[in-house]
Amino acid sequence: MNIIETRRLTKFYGKSRGITELDLTVKEGDFFGFIGPNGAGKSTTIRTLLGLIYPTSGEAAIFGKDINRNKTEILSDIGYMPSEATFYSGMKVKDVISLSAKIRKKDCSAEAAKLCERLTLDREKRVEELSLGNRKKVSIVCALQHKPKLCILDEPTSGLDPLMQREFFDILKERHKDGATIFLSSHVLSEIQKNCSRAAIIKEGRLIALDSVENLSKTSAKRVVLHGVNEVPEGLSVKSVEAAADSVSFLFNGDIKELLNAVNALPINDMTITEPQLEEIFMHYYEKGGKI
Amino acid sequence: MTIYIKELKQSFKSLCIWTASIAFMMLVCILLFPEMKNEMESVTAVFANMGGFTAAFGMDKLSFGELMGFYGIECGNIMGLGGGFFAALAGISVLAKEEKERTAEFLLTHPVSRFSVITGKLLSVLTQVVILNLVAVSVSLISAAAIGESFEMKEFILLHTAYLIMQTEIACICFGISAFIKRGSIGTGLGLALALYFMNIVCNISEQAEFLRYITPYGYAEASNIISEGKLDMGLIAVGAVISVVGAAIGYIRYIKKDIAA
Repeated sequence: MNIIETRRLTKFYGKSRGITELDLTVKEGDFFGFIGPNGAGKSTTIRTLLGLIYPTSGEAAIFGKDINRNKTEILSDIGYMPSEATFYSGMKVKDVISLSAKIRKKDCSAEAAKLCERLTLDREKRVEELSLGNRKKVSIVCALQHKPKLCILDEPTSGLDPLMQREFFDILKERHKDGATIFLSSHVLSEIQKNCSRAAIIKEGRLIALDSVENLSKTSAKRVVLHGVNEVPEGLSVKSVEAAADSVSFLFNGDIKELLNAVNALPINDMTITEPQLEEIFMHYYEKGGKI
Repeated sequence: MTIYIKELKQSFKSLCIWTASIAFMMLVCILLFPEMKNEMESVTAVFANMGGFTAAFGMDKLSFGELMGFYGIECGNIMGLGGGFFAALAGISVLAKEEKERTAEFLLTHPVSRFSVITGKLLSVLTQVVILNLVAVSVSLISAAAIGESFEMKEFILLHTAYLIMQTEIACICFGISAFIKRGSIGTGLGLALALYFMNIVCNISEQAEFLRYITPYGYAEASNIISEGKLDMGLIAVGAVISVVGAAIGYIRYIKKDIAA
């Protein structure tokens, strides 16, 4: 079953672009990464899915139900963590968490207590005194305490220290194992590559790729590093060259024999050929807008 | 219900401050009355000779020497301006503050329809207006008893009914406006209440401005007319009721369709 499905989903803010004809599908049980730089339309997509803003055209369904007609029903099974969480000033952390549960008409106190402990969140503090990282933690608890079927997380790790990030992903993985679908937007590619099974790349409001993370990372291009020379062998067409004093590194996309023949004549003392990082592929999507 | 209670809790401090200030001013005014009464002759003469100014505040129809007349002018202004300002502030901020304080995203991604969010918020504003009026009325009654005077109950009740309806109307108009503004504007609310108040003063002075009475809710909450005629102007109140319903309805329609700012 598709947990999220959008068809030609478009949102314009007046004349300025939000997203354009987005066709996105997230399947049940996906650990889905949504990649794009600031302003690409990640948050617009998420805010449209959650019914905070209304699409200009196109449609979207979550759990197979139309997002605008069945909004309340859909939201009861979603946990959402906004990129910038703000709460009612004057409230204590525990008040915010229990308010969230009350609006959901659920008693989540046991789960909330567990989450607060794992995230080392002080529940007696006032929310306006919290640092960004601690606000994020409150947000995590509010998004997860009711054990939602779908977690939508908008740049969740910004502001969290590395230890907390790891704890956070541990929690997400447990939820994922228990059957929840995770939808994670981020511009930190390593975090997507490490945690997600499928991913989509969004650029200037349009979806430019949607595949398994493995397939997205897999490309015929290789990252080649030669030691002993500091220039690219002549006659090879390569990209993203980085030369050092005694080595040169480049992306090569062509016949491997051609590469070997070219290297053969050079005084190299070492050579490595590796798969490129998702970062490199991603940069390529952004520079050229096409496949490697 | 959760949202209604959340709103009341959040507004509790501001409600207490406004209610206490208004009640305190009413108390002081009423406690001043015995002294006023003694100097009634000179006072009435002074006030009667200020021409347009006298009419503006309805002092041509009321006597400062009687508690009801004094109350209608002094406390009428306190309830009219103070109560009107509070209603305007409560109404103008109740929807807009969620976006202004960036909490809308938190609230509206919970499984609760915008309709019920709006309803909870509107009811909380109306509840606050009622509480403020009830406290003010109680303080007036107690203060009057303390100086050994008593109100003419019929006029007293009519007067306060009119104030309550007037404040409800202001709250509803501001509520409607609140759905349109993103970064909440206290100035808009206060300005509007003040403009409506002055409209009534202008109508009191000028015959040509009589039509303004149909626009401003202060028109049917004019103490001098209510006390001297012993009844409310139901025609004006009906217009006010329609404006209130339209104001609230616009708030609903707009906020349900609104794109919530990030």
